[in-house]
Amino acid sequence: MSKAGKIARRSFLIGTAAVTGGFAVGYYAYRKPPANPLLDELAPGATALTPYVLIDATGVTLITPRADMGQGATSVQAALIAEELDLAWDAVRTDPGPPSAAYYNAAIVAEGMPFAATDAGWIAQGARSMGGALGKLMGLQITGGSSTVPDAYDRLRHAGATARAMLIGAAADRLGVAADRLRTRDGAVIAPDGTRLPYTDLAEAAAGITPSVPPLPKDPADWRYLGQPMQRLDIVAKSTGTARYGIDETQPGMVHATVRINPRIGGGVRGYDASAAQTMRGVLKIVPITGGAGAIADNTWRAFQAAAAIRFDWGPAPYPADTAALFDTIAGAFDPATRDSRLRDDGDVDAALARDADIEAEYRIPFLAHASLEPMTALAWLHDGRLEIRAGTQIPRFAVKTAARVSGLPQDAITLHALPMGGSFGRRLEDDFIAQAVELALAMEGTPVKLTWSREEDMTHDFPRPAAIARGRAKATDGQLRALDLSIATPSVGASQMGRLGMSSPGPDTAIVAGAWDQPFAIPDYRVTGYRAPETVPVSSWRSVGASGNGFFHECLLDEAIHAAGADPLAERLRLCTHAASAQVLETLGQMADWGSPMAPGRGRGLAFTLSFGVPSAQVVEVTATDAGIRIDRVFAVADVGRVLDPVNIENQMQGGVVWGLGHAIGAQLSYADGRPEQQNFDTYPAMRLYQCPPIIVRALETGAPIRGIGEPTVPPAAPALANAIFAATGQRIRTLPLAQSVDFV
Amino acid sequence: MKLTVNGIVHEVDVEPEMPLLWVLRDILGLHGTKYGCGIAQCGACTVHVDGVAQKSCQIAVGDLWGPVTTIEGLGTPDAPHPVQAAWIEHQVAQCGYCQSGQVMAAAAFLAEVPTPTATQIDDALSGNLCRCGTYPRLRAAVATAAQKLSEG
Repeated sequence: MSKAGKIARRSFLIGTAAVTGGFAVGYYAYRKPPANPLLDELAPGATALTPYVLIDATGVTLITPRADMGQGATSVQAALIAEELDLAWDAVRTDPGPPSAAYYNAAIVAEGMPFAATDAGWIAQGARSMGGALGKLMGLQITGGSSTVPDAYDRLRHAGATARAMLIGAAADRLGVAADRLRTRDGAVIAPDGTRLPYTDLAEAAAGITPSVPPLPKDPADWRYLGQPMQRLDIVAKSTGTARYGIDETQPGMVHATVRINPRIGGGVRGYDASAAQTMRGVLKIVPITGGAGAIADNTWRAFQAAAAIRFDWGPAPYPADTAALFDTIAGAFDPATRDSRLRDDGDVDAALARDADIEAEYRIPFLAHASLEPMTALAWLHDGRLEIRAGTQIPRFAVKTAARVSGLPQDAITLHALPMGGSFGRRLEDDFIAQAVELALAMEGTPVKLTWSREEDMTHDFPRPAAIARGRAKATDGQLRALDLSIATPSVGASQMGRLGMSSPGPDTAIVAGAWDQPFAIPDYRVTGYRAPETVPVSSWRSVGASGNGFFHECLLDEAIHAAGADPLAERLRLCTHAASAQVLETLGQMADWGSPMAPGRGRGLAFTLSFGVPSAQVVEVTATDAGIRIDRVFAVADVGRVLDPVNIENQMQGGVVWGLGHAIGAQLSYADGRPEQQNFDTYPAMRLYQCPPIIVRALETGAPIRGIGEPTVPPAAPALANAIFAATGQRIRTLPLAQSVDFV
Repeated sequence: MKLTVNGIVHEVDVEPEMPLLWVLRDILGLHGTKYGCGIAQCGACTVHVDGVAQKSCQIAVGDLWGPVTTIEGLGTPDAPHPVQAAWIEHQVAQCGYCQSGQVMAAAAFLAEVPTPTATQIDDALSGNLCRCGTYPRLRAAVATAAQKLSEG
């Protein structure tokens, strides 16, 4: 009998033995299961079987604590539970649940350890276990890092299997038959004579059951949903305009607000004149908030108008005021004193490159905004000594902590309802807009206040992907790549972001070199060094984080070096590849793209590969140099996620990652003048549009390696594959993004 | 002032310069039409005026020249418009925030050009941004919707 039988009802019933068994961490605090948060606010007649399954008379609700920002997290979490619990897919209901330590993310911390994903050695595995334990101990409820599936895969299947075993146990007691003679189907236990006992009738009794059937997840061969194309739970709502996002929240008596904060980030406000704004129609209040002011009115447009009418006296930016000076701070970090990491140092690079190099190149990438189409928004309502918050967020527990700090209320007086997000791409790993909504609510006690940012505020006050500079040298001998030395300088996303969350981030920041140091290639003399540039503009995680730029650096340098060697970009990568799954990705890609087949003059194809978030991911981009500029003709993309849970969603995510990577590589940047971002809206911060989008042919491989998430890993190879294709078509090497600064696009 | 939205006449007391977008969202409570940029760059606010796709963030409500159809008036979860049905069949949406505007743009376009070429589809829908990158599925859905609509 598993440990599950000994665990009290209030505890975390998910196959604890299975989840903890592999860990070398024995201390009590870690082994102790987190309390089930559903039991704290259980409605009469409702029963919680594990922290993930809530049953009342109206049906079964699955708790899906990882936030959905478009990546399909809600559906995949529901599918993992529903598969084991045997629910009818069209009857599945979900709820994000309350922010809780029980919904900790172990995978995101485990993968943050400074070991390559291909490193299966005992030290690396031990570190990942420690990281996972840390995520649990700290109760880190975070959505990000493509970690939802790897974190949920075992845990949610165990939760579903455990709840199912409890329901079977209750049915066995009621019917007086052995549990092993019962089966389940579509939300009911089926008796040997075919009688259906709906879960809703069994739940209360099931809560007191110790499963007599070991709650082991199904053999994947028996899956009904997982691995099959499923209809996303939100697809009808999102196709009919009935999906409700944070920006659509309404509450009785609600008022509308917006804010303006110093566009020189962190510069503060010396004063402001709101006399004109205060008398505008519908304006209820102009209130000072940290770094600026908020306008509260009876609708969003009037709040926008009023905020625009406030005259501010802003302070200066606490960082260099323009793009050139910001890049100077990055260039200045190539110094032994600011060396952050050298996680790869194979052979003797100094000796190999002592006399000369075939390639010596510098690459640059810009600051980039997340610019989710739904701007930042949050509703806050202070009433009766309690604070209610409704917002889309990737960090619900941190947001509650922030709201407590801002309001002075204890955390248990704060309720946060997590809402679906109209995109995020990492932006909602920050809770600045939630803090602002709380400030506004404090000024309007008793009244719900919905904060909506203007697009201009959203783009100005993004926490961007940091700019970076890379310097590379490489050398070939006898037609083979011999030495590669890559140095990368950029501010630390980890330090900037964790600092705002009130946490320290000791040691090197792997994000500075992620997607570069950890690539599965056996170049004889091979070194990747990270340099930490000072924090200037506050920066944060942007879809694929460090790998978003490091893939460009590594794969452009590698491409240049391979060309210098006179070798073939695919064949040489395969020759150097040390990782079977990565080699399979490259081989599959080569076959799909008919790599090596002749191309007409003016056409070219480029290849890039990046292993990030544990996923080997490679792309071939084909371009034509036309009279009107570069046209992207086709993209082939292959990635290995270990196991595909939803083929439709995987295809959509892979294509979306390619569009994201290509679109930003072509034309997007945040440049700075007078301490502020020059781009304010989509007219100057162009995203890929339909006419620019090539056919994108994708394939997800399942080599049986550990299961991985796909939200991010197709982003890093897109930009370098495009740059390498432009070189193949035109002979022009472009080493600075966005590419449109150097070449026209159709 | 009066405006007709989804066949219903509404009387609203607002400034004539207030954009139709915000009248729909904050006065009439029709939240399917989205705010994304406010400057006609993203298309999330696309509605039909007199059957033609328009960016509602750019229409001062006082200048409105015809009846308005929003995503709520195009179809419903129980009775989706053929374009919406194609969007569901192809599972276009990721975050979904742009999709109301995409669907409205596609529906107006197909009413005008029932059998479009691939280039015509691209041209017609390039005013609508999708940050998630659903374009490949969106293209397929427009083609399916065109086929369904032309079959009657």
